[in-house]
Amino acid sequence: MTGKSNNQANQTNRTDQTNRTDQTNRTDQTNQCIEGSSPCNSKTGFPMNAKIIDVKDEAANNKRTLFFDKSFENASPGHFCMVWIRGVDEIPLGCSYTNGVTFQVVGPATQALFQLKVGDSVGLRGPLGNPFTLPEKGERVLIVSGGIGAAPLAPLAEKSKDIGASVTTVLGARSESDLIFEERFAETGDVILTTDDGSKGKKGFVTDVLNGLDLTKFDKIYVCGPELMLKFVMKILIDKQAVSKTEFSMERYFKCGIGVCGSCCMDTLGVRVCKDGPVFKAETLTDSEFGKYHRDASGKRVHY
Amino acid sequence: MYQTAGVTLRNPTLLAAGILGTTGASMARMLQKGAGGVVTKSIGPVPVYGHPNPSMIALNADGGKGRVIGYLNAMGLPNPSYDDFCQEIDFVKNGTGAGAPVIASVFGAGTEDFVAVAKGLLPSRPDAFELNVSCPHAKGYGADIGSQPCQVEEVTAAVKNAVDVPVWVKLTPNVQNIKDIGKAAQAGGADAVVAINTIRGMAIDIHSGWPVLGNRSGGLSGPSIKPAAVKCVYDLYEALDIPVIGVGGISCYEDMIEMMMAGASAVQIGSAVYENENVFKDVWTGAENFMKENGYGFDELIGLAHRRK
Repeated sequence: MTGKSNNQANQTNRTDQTNRTDQTNRTDQTNQCIEGSSPCNSKTGFPMNAKIIDVKDEAANNKRTLFFDKSFENASPGHFCMVWIRGVDEIPLGCSYTNGVTFQVVGPATQALFQLKVGDSVGLRGPLGNPFTLPEKGERVLIVSGGIGAAPLAPLAEKSKDIGASVTTVLGARSESDLIFEERFAETGDVILTTDDGSKGKKGFVTDVLNGLDLTKFDKIYVCGPELMLKFVMKILIDKQAVSKTEFSMERYFKCGIGVCGSCCMDTLGVRVCKDGPVFKAETLTDSEFGKYHRDASGKRVHY
Repeated sequence: MYQTAGVTLRNPTLLAAGILGTTGASMARMLQKGAGGVVTKSIGPVPVYGHPNPSMIALNADGGKGRVIGYLNAMGLPNPSYDDFCQEIDFVKNGTGAGAPVIASVFGAGTEDFVAVAKGLLPSRPDAFELNVSCPHAKGYGADIGSQPCQVEEVTAAVKNAVDVPVWVKLTPNVQNIKDIGKAAQAGGADAVVAINTIRGMAIDIHSGWPVLGNRSGGLSGPSIKPAAVKCVYDLYEALDIPVIGVGGISCYEDMIEMMMAGASAVQIGSAVYENENVFKDVWTGAENFMKENGYGFDELIGLAHRRK
């Protein structure tokens, strides 16, 4: 049947978008926050036309923010949106601003997004998903960020400060050229910088910093970054009995983005990262596939 | 417990194929939330990643500002194939979903594919198979087979011959006469037909002129297709001796009752999980109350509309 060859050609095409690199891409994109609105907005169906009004390079390393002429009002840090690059793909991305998304180039879709200029437009569906639980006035907040994970956390830090919480951020990246939003975090409170190669801040990982912190001093902890980082952060949280006050923003491969298709469900609870997440209470993740494996676009398990 | 089409269901509402059926855990979760049984994502002979996104969008009335009237999707039959999928069925069977029926949805490009996939899934002990000869947006698969009565009969008979559990056949409404396709399934030995799969559809972004779905067009589901589904179920009930399982736009108990009056002996629910994750519990609780209040037994309710003339 001719259909078979068509389908397999298509599959090859998709493989390009769903290899490990692109998974990283998805991670980042999912985690990049949009200041989204209510978690169950039924009018987020059709992509909204959004024109790019500004483009800002955030770091030397292919990280960029696009600002749109539309914003998601009443959205909350942790929400995400589906960004449709017409003729290419639609990917989960967050807004690091009410009218902006920050992303890293890692696959064909983000590569195509990187080519767009002021005046070009994309389709946006959002705000989607379950956002962070905001702190209360006077609470002490610890933010733990790895790499592009800073994107959803920067607006969270700002919102926390506005509420009247005190904010401490552990901001980690591979190297100085991967660090983003250092100034935004600095304006909200203390920042402890760490880079893998020591090019800025302390040499090492966010986990090294966490090991030295007294976590009993914090009321709420928020974490976002690559899953292996999250895994080691979780170990420390368990050791220091801080799991119950922590939330993680997760990523999985998304198809529908609206909680129907099931592509992004996590074992063992079967929760949907696109709708029940991307932000989860850390306790939800302790007995799960978290840190062990994820699924590719076909639904096949891929171990870390 | 409720028996139909060779399967014992916890109640007559099933999770439809293609909805939250990629992982065992998500299917078990739907059982916990009240589904009487689950149908898996359609599994094929080789792993498939599916079409590019957007692969599913909700459609709202009034230029996008109104309530949801339907959904368009073209997932492109993504699946990890049977070797990797058996563990997902095992998860349901051995975990919190133990005892609830799991119906394995199967697709292929021809008889050999269907048989290979069904046999490949048998080790995970599915309670029945549902043959997807109705997906409207995968060339050479699904509806391309399901619109040819002779192919439907051949595929059904071959799978029936290869497995020792019931075989259901899911039908496409995108045909001239769905009764002919239903009769072919019955002639092939099907234990039930499931109607309907999505209706061919398309949405275009007026700001750019681009078709919205990555596959350009796809299948319509949700509230707007319910009348079409009711008509198909009504026609099939009339034409066939085997049970008809109704699916298409069901989101509340009234929809389920209506579908049963048209002739459905059980229903499947899919897109409605978008607005209500507890839809199975809500629908079945409501339907049960309605039946009690009106003194209906299943025998009286199923196909009632046929007797009103």
